[in-house]
Amino acid sequence: MQTSLIASLRTPRGLVTTALLLVLALLPLLTQALDQRYLLLVGTRIVIWSIAAASLNMILGYGGLVSFGHAAFFGIGGYTVGILSANGINSGWIQWPAAVAIAGVWAALIGALSLRTRGVYFIMITLAFAQLVYYLGSGLEAYGGDDGLNIGRSRFSGLIDLRDKASFYWLCFALLLATLWFSSRLVNSRFGYVLRGAKSNELRMTALGFPIFRYRLAAFAIAGAFGALAGILLANEGAYISPAMMSWVKSGDLIVIVVLGGMGALFGPLYGAIGFFAVEEFLKPLLDLLHKGWGEYWQIVFGPLLVMVALYAQGGIDSLLGRRHG
Amino acid sequence: MEYLIQVLNGLQLGLLMFLLAAGLTLTFGIMDLVNLAHGSLYMMGAYFAWTLIGWTDSFVLGALLAIPATFLLGVVVEVVVARRLYARDHLAQVLATFGLILFFNELVRAIWGPDGKSIAVPAFLDHTVEILPGIPYPAYRFALIVVGTAVALLLAWLVARTRLGMLIRAGASNRRMIGALGVNIELLFTLVFGLGAAFAGLAGLMAAPIASVKIGMGDDILIVAFVIIVIGGIGSIKGAFVAALMVGQIDIVGRAFLPDFLKTFLDPASASAAAPAISQVLIYVVMAAVLVWRPTGLFGQRS
Amino acid sequence: MAEPLLSAQGLVKRFGGLLATDNVSIEVMPGEIHALIGPNGAGKTTLVSQLTGNLRPDSGSIRFAGRDVTRLPLHARVRLGLARSFQITAVLRDFTALDNVALAVQAHDGHSFRFLADVRADRRLRDSARRGLEAVGLQARAETLASALSHGEQRQLEIAMALAGEPRLLLLDEPMAGMGPEESQRLVGMLRNLKSRCGMLLIEHDMDAVFALADRITVLVYGRAIASGTPDQIRGNAQVRQAYLGEEVA
Repeated sequence: MQTSLIASLRTPRGLVTTALLLVLALLPLLTQALDQRYLLLVGTRIVIWSIAAASLNMILGYGGLVSFGHAAFFGIGGYTVGILSANGINSGWIQWPAAVAIAGVWAALIGALSLRTRGVYFIMITLAFAQLVYYLGSGLEAYGGDDGLNIGRSRFSGLIDLRDKASFYWLCFALLLATLWFSSRLVNSRFGYVLRGAKSNELRMTALGFPIFRYRLAAFAIAGAFGALAGILLANEGAYISPAMMSWVKSGDLIVIVVLGGMGALFGPLYGAIGFFAVEEFLKPLLDLLHKGWGEYWQIVFGPLLVMVALYAQGGIDSLLGRRHG
Repeated sequence: MEYLIQVLNGLQLGLLMFLLAAGLTLTFGIMDLVNLAHGSLYMMGAYFAWTLIGWTDSFVLGALLAIPATFLLGVVVEVVVARRLYARDHLAQVLATFGLILFFNELVRAIWGPDGKSIAVPAFLDHTVEILPGIPYPAYRFALIVVGTAVALLLAWLVARTRLGMLIRAGASNRRMIGALGVNIELLFTLVFGLGAAFAGLAGLMAAPIASVKIGMGDDILIVAFVIIVIGGIGSIKGAFVAALMVGQIDIVGRAFLPDFLKTFLDPASASAAAPAISQVLIYVVMAAVLVWRPTGLFGQRS
Repeated sequence: MAEPLLSAQGLVKRFGGLLATDNVSIEVMPGEIHALIGPNGAGKTTLVSQLTGNLRPDSGSIRFAGRDVTRLPLHARVRLGLARSFQITAVLRDFTALDNVALAVQAHDGHSFRFLADVRADRRLRDSARRGLEAVGLQARAETLASALSHGEQRQLEIAMALAGEPRLLLLDEPMAGMGPEESQRLVGMLRNLKSRCGMLLIEHDMDAVFALADRITVLVYGRAIASGTPDQIRGNAQVRQAYLGEEVA
């Protein structure tokens, strides 16, 4: 393990990733030193979205399942926290496990129905279930309906104060590391090999005797649970929940992040989230430089950029860092 | 008689949705393209109409010009982006056309500004007609039903009776075959895509006077259009038609009658807030049920 | 006489108006190579699909290893020891040769709901997979991606995967297809060696291979089994010569 870690440092991928993780680990200190509080907010968002993207990567990147409704798990995570806190249950010890469990059960439920379909039908049925959750959320008049709801942040018996931006960031970062660790173990386990094999050749895997439906279903549930974790964090970040956090466009954003970072690459979701949010922060001033006021319309450039990625760079950012093995 | 009016509203919505879904199911069935940007063409049709009606000072003239304009835009989108996607996997298609949505939404904001526009109901339709003695119905909505039915019939004729339609049907069931027939596939695909765009544009501009013209107006309705073609079975015009009318009825029934029903056990405010959401939820429940029952839709081909 | 390993009785399968399998019965004894031959479109693949569980027959029954498996899904039949190789080479292209066989071994090693332990350090899977590669002569290519293997090597890999579960019956769907004479020769020798390990149902166009390997041959024409017997009986059967060799000449 040790030697392979050191060896990996010699590759461009290892170097970039290590540097990136170092910067992220020290981000609150850096932003404080540079007096750039705003960057910490961007960093927090990147880390949370990386967790969500990593969970999607488990089924999309490694399993080849184009789920177009992953933002629903943002919503389930967020709304579980929000609804509990609105009813006076502020303890994170209750809220968080409840949110993750509900998301896992819901994912298993819709997975059991969705995984019967293939191809476009799968894309659409996952989207439909996400829309269902979305409209349920917007129909909850008692919890803000379309407008959303301000909520209290989760409490952890004084152990950590989520209102403190730096503490909250570090918590998110630690959870990202945990998610990536789990996902690296998962994809190289027996379970992960079945999942990846089914992506490579579903018929062959069935003929080998794998009931792949069950494995995909389990993966779907796991991904849903981790997606909810990101939703919990998102709700706590702004102390606010709204149906907008699970609109289908967010599901699209998550797919964009996974592909942008590199499908089935361990750190792809992190690269992708950084790329996704950095492009915005980068394009705006650049366009403003070209012509005052153009920065506002950065998506006119970003949209075609996505088209280019889809057409010519499906390996994503990860593939820029050289070939991957294993 | 409230009931009859609501059924007509549902019919009108269903026909509108059919126009949008028809193009989608064709590009899906023939080119195997998941085109998320189809909703953008719906939006562009409405914006084109707004501008052209302003220029010509005539609803009919503006609308008639907006349709070929959207057709041309569709052709451009096909030539520049879409045709490069046909051979790609669905993921690449989702990603690229998602990029197109962002592009078009932002383009509209840059050109027409962030505020919504409205298109007035044309004066000659700004009254009510008596559909049955003593039952008035807005003439514009009635006109939508007439135009929607006419276009649906036109499309049915086009697909069932013309050479283009024969190729479309052949293409939907076997894409390789039309290539073997020596047909210029590239041209056929461009035409079909443009045709779908024109129908989407028509739907967008017809909806404009009763909804409004705004950025992202095609995004949510697109998802419903997808639901429709999935319920109907991808590539099936007939399926899209049946499913569109079904969804139209579900939506209107939900909006119109659910509040009264919900009020029996909810307070009035919550009831009227929850009803639209529940009617939307119902649409997705129907879709899920259909897919579980028939994984390739009502009229879809078994694979 | 011993009980047959596989016994299909009166299988019928219709596709619309087409009778693809017309009351076919076929048996494979333990340690026997039973070849299924017939011109293109005779319904060989349809028949095999019913035996493996990809298709469900409209009527008839299939017994395997003493059990009625007519209604068992594909993966359950695999569990009982029914393995197949594919007509179109079907290896996992993004995996190494070793990973391919290791996955095949894993398929027979209980469930795979193990989430954290690294398979690449799993001795049981790896050693057994290496032995599988050796059995088909691919040990030198263990770390090569399957997509980078030659056509013949992919076929060998296929068979190594099929053998990984120590099946009782191996269904070989045109294993010689697309192979040169030398590669075919090698494969024939390899299959003959495997006879002691499991019974085989061989679907093959290469008549040299069929007559070199088969203990028994069944001839399928238009979905019907027109003859069944030893290679010598089949060679001398007038009906077969007419139906089959007539086609060959044309």
